[in-house]
Amino acid sequence: MKLTPEEQDMLDGKHGKAAKKSMEILTTLGEIFDAECMVDVYSVQIAGVSYANLGEAGLEFLSEMAEDGKVKVLTTLNPAGIDRENWQALGINEEFAKNQIRVIDAFAKMGIITTCSCTPYFIGNVPHFGQHIAWAESSAVCYANSVIGARTNREGGPSALASALTGKTPKYGYHLDENRHGQVSIKVNAQVKGTNGFGVLGKTIGDKLIKLRKNTPFITGIPSATVEELKSFCASIATYGGTALFHMEGITPEFDRYPKPSDNVSEINQEDLEKARFELVDDGLEVDFVSIGCPHASINEIEKIASLLKGKKVKKEFWITTARPIKRIADEAGYSKIIEDAGAKFAADTCCVVAPIKGHFKGMIVDSAKACYYGRATNKLKVKIGTVEECVEEATK
Amino acid sequence: MKLKGRKIYKGIAEGEAIVTKDGISFYGGVDPDTGKVVEVGHELEGQSITGKILVFPTGKGSTVGSYTLYRMKKNNTAPAAIVNEQIDTIIAVGCIISEIPCVDKIDVNEIKTGQKMVVNGSEGTVEVK
Repeated sequence: MKLTPEEQDMLDGKHGKAAKKSMEILTTLGEIFDAECMVDVYSVQIAGVSYANLGEAGLEFLSEMAEDGKVKVLTTLNPAGIDRENWQALGINEEFAKNQIRVIDAFAKMGIITTCSCTPYFIGNVPHFGQHIAWAESSAVCYANSVIGARTNREGGPSALASALTGKTPKYGYHLDENRHGQVSIKVNAQVKGTNGFGVLGKTIGDKLIKLRKNTPFITGIPSATVEELKSFCASIATYGGTALFHMEGITPEFDRYPKPSDNVSEINQEDLEKARFELVDDGLEVDFVSIGCPHASINEIEKIASLLKGKKVKKEFWITTARPIKRIADEAGYSKIIEDAGAKFAADTCCVVAPIKGHFKGMIVDSAKACYYGRATNKLKVKIGTVEECVEEATK
Repeated sequence: MKLKGRKIYKGIAEGEAIVTKDGISFYGGVDPDTGKVVEVGHELEGQSITGKILVFPTGKGSTVGSYTLYRMKKNNTAPAAIVNEQIDTIIAVGCIISEIPCVDKIDVNEIKTGQKMVVNGSEGTVEVK
């Protein structure tokens, strides 16, 4: 790999221990994937924040990096295992909360903005079209590549941190034009609506891509989609298909930039979507937990929940998971008061996937296909996908 | 017998080989406190990889696996070196942050469990004695 004098200095340890370790990670990855050189990144999004995943060893690694590591570019964090202001109300134990705060403090020491959200693009970490970035968090990677047209590979926690501390990433994969074209055409012959509908579509296409062993779909037949619907779709197709980039005709910015895939078109019909939706509802489900905000809720979604909850009382545990800055906007707009008066709770900084809630609940209704997957896998919950209206109705029933 | 591969992480380690044809997920698949493989149905299930030259085709599973390797190193339960057919990012990053010698592009069929071997991560070679 060809390095600039500055990059070589970092590798040689002239910029400190953390920059040296970071450059070792990046040059090794670059060599594995045949990158010719590094590219400067505009921003970084770091995953691997929940203490439940990191453990004491992960924390030790971060603390070592924080001894002399300082970020070179705008860097934000994925959700943590706790709401920093409200963890007691969410039933999280004190020891876990203390350890989680140690993790966040280690990141803060390096100059990372500790927003703790999977939607960095809602809260100021917003690249423009064509910019190179190094993001972890599979849903945000898919959103940045596909909806914004920025360029990132699917980074893991340590490689994203390495990019934050050097401002560099090896130039391979989705950073290059030649790897961004659609590989398979998918035609949707059905009406798709709402965050839950787009989540079901993401699972349907994601499952299909795994079977076809393809990565980047070129999707047609979707006349329009909201930001929230695309956010839900990105999370779902990344979860079920491992997808980092898709093109959607008339909607995403690069859909006509590359030649269309020349192979046969795969079709998605109404019955395919119904089958996928059926797979997102468990037998013997007994709902005692409602969660909206996977990925983190937008201010639009919070406004909708407030209007649905106005004057009602919830009878089940109901979390709205969002980024803290979005919660602040909801506070000022008066939405938070309506929601909290109804007995629902905000869970900022965290979510139903990374909070340590295994054993707290039996069954969860959500509007997110991604939350169904991790609710089952990580927190051993029975799950059901529904519309936002159905989620609110279930909570107040 | 000396095999030439590709260097992933520097350092020299000598030890006994433990070989599997299965992929390894360090996150969830290996217990970092005991050094034993715990993935149900894995060829190495129940066996310790601590201090061994761990030879397997490629890594799999969550990216958090890199931190599991680091945790093993700190717990003194890590393998002495790792030899892969095709490296993946989780194992590569795990070896770098834990400073475990690592070589890939080696035909794992050439190596048998119990053989004494030397891994030279700086040269990218593997010597079976």
